[in-house]
Amino acid sequence: MNNFSYVRAADIDGALRLAAQPGAAFVAGGTNLVDLIKGGVAQPRVLVDITRITALGQIQEMAHGGVRIGALASNSDLALHPLIVSGYPLLSQALLSGASAQLRNMATVGGNLLQRTRCYYFYDAGFERCNKRQPGSGCGARDGYNRIHAVLGGSEQCIAVNPSDMCVALAALDAVVEVRSVRGTHRMPIADFHRLPGDTPQRDTNLGAGELITAVELPPNRYAQHAHYLKLRDRASYAFALVSVAVGLEMDGDRVVAAGLALGGVAPKPWRLVDFETALRGHRLAEVDLAALAAAALAGAKPLEYNRFKPELARRALVRAVRVAAGLEEA
Amino acid sequence: MSNDEEDPKNAALSRRLFLQTAGAAAGGAVMPPMLLAAAAPAVAIADAASVSLTLEVNGSRHDLRIEPRVTLLDALREQLQLTGTKKGCDRGQCGACTVLVNGRRINSCLSLAIMHQSDRITTVEGLAQPDGSLHPLQQAFLAQDAFQCGYCTPGQLCSAVGLLEEHRRLGPGAAALTDSAIAESMSGNLCRCGAYTQIRAAIRDVAAADAGTAAGAGGDVS
Repeated sequence: MNNFSYVRAADIDGALRLAAQPGAAFVAGGTNLVDLIKGGVAQPRVLVDITRITALGQIQEMAHGGVRIGALASNSDLALHPLIVSGYPLLSQALLSGASAQLRNMATVGGNLLQRTRCYYFYDAGFERCNKRQPGSGCGARDGYNRIHAVLGGSEQCIAVNPSDMCVALAALDAVVEVRSVRGTHRMPIADFHRLPGDTPQRDTNLGAGELITAVELPPNRYAQHAHYLKLRDRASYAFALVSVAVGLEMDGDRVVAAGLALGGVAPKPWRLVDFETALRGHRLAEVDLAALAAAALAGAKPLEYNRFKPELARRALVRAVRVAAGLEEA
Repeated sequence: MSNDEEDPKNAALSRRLFLQTAGAAAGGAVMPPMLLAAAAPAVAIADAASVSLTLEVNGSRHDLRIEPRVTLLDALREQLQLTGTKKGCDRGQCGACTVLVNGRRINSCLSLAIMHQSDRITTVEGLAQPDGSLHPLQQAFLAQDAFQCGYCTPGQLCSAVGLLEEHRRLGPGAAALTDSAIAESMSGNLCRCGAYTQIRAAIRDVAAADAGTAAGAGGDVS
């Protein structure tokens, strides 16, 4: 574990100033960063502790009915907050399906957005080839053990999967990420926050150097009554998703008024299914061929040697999750 | 606390850090032994600026000097000699290092000690009463034979204390803790001996006793 210096920020402006130092990284829950430092994958020179910035911890209703979630809200506090439990059950379910109770107590919303992949070849610095960890070194996963890897959205350089459950729900809910820098505040739709690897797999997100996530905003939710997060994994608990599905439906009787759908575990970022949503909108579920829509959603899948099961698992998971969200099937 | 030069504990720590760093350097590149011996201290010690920290553990305040990279787990075990908290995987996967910070359970192996200035920390050593009488969960673990080798037990106990507190916070209207809810909520604590059934039973017993007390029933639930 490399050594580093440590500074504690008193407020957001102070944090941004401190983060301008070379090799600086923000730390809050530390559940991912400290682990990466131990493994030699991250080697910050300065850690800027933002946990004492109380303004970043709040969860509150916004004037137009949405919810603003401070970046320091813990995963557990957020999952159990009355505004989320009653208004955004999809987010609550996704959060509670992730990690363990201890880790959820530590991990923050901002950190979860920046959670790095669990690709073995990235996480273990003993492997020589990883374009994400060491640009230009190659990809160990493409011709290696690629069971957990992407079938959608990958590139020749990288097929690592985003491991977050929270982010899959945020994608289905059209969340917006609020970012502060010394230049001011700007907002990014969640769909634009994470990047596909392309030729620059070392960059997971569009967050700039020295920028700080200050909040996540949820628009007023139409899916409170019909939502389901389905997570499929190797154990019943405390494991990353092989495939997950976030579904939110607004129903008028058995007719779909609006839908939000995203897949996790299959791509380098939460995989929003806009065509599937459009096809559901305005239709009675009984008239819709869910299996055909699921097949279309996975039509571009490019499985590799060890993850050939993923497209079929994802297709079935999609059908089931939509039916559960609509109340046609038990969870 | 005495200064670094005089304190044999800190001297030992410095030696070990030196050896670890020297070892890491040796693993990374082939270097002549003389050059390695000369180069290593500059990397290890010059960068190892210690910082002052006060930790409140089990009701007592401790002043220490540590490097920023020292985890809460290592500070507890190696500086405060509170070795009840165990180091299992050291990567946040097994839960053996679970402690309570301000009443909430966390993995102390993934948390930097320096970030816990003025936090209230409880380890397994702090669960019993000052007169030695055991915490109800400790009693229940004994009654249910909820361990074999015991290595995961301190983490299981602290995690279970956190679980019951989380359940209390949900208020009187919360659903009773079922076995599957306990299993889900305790999934961050691995038990290599496989005492899960007994661990669940012990937690269920204490949860039932809590519920009885809260309802004013005062039933004899052991």
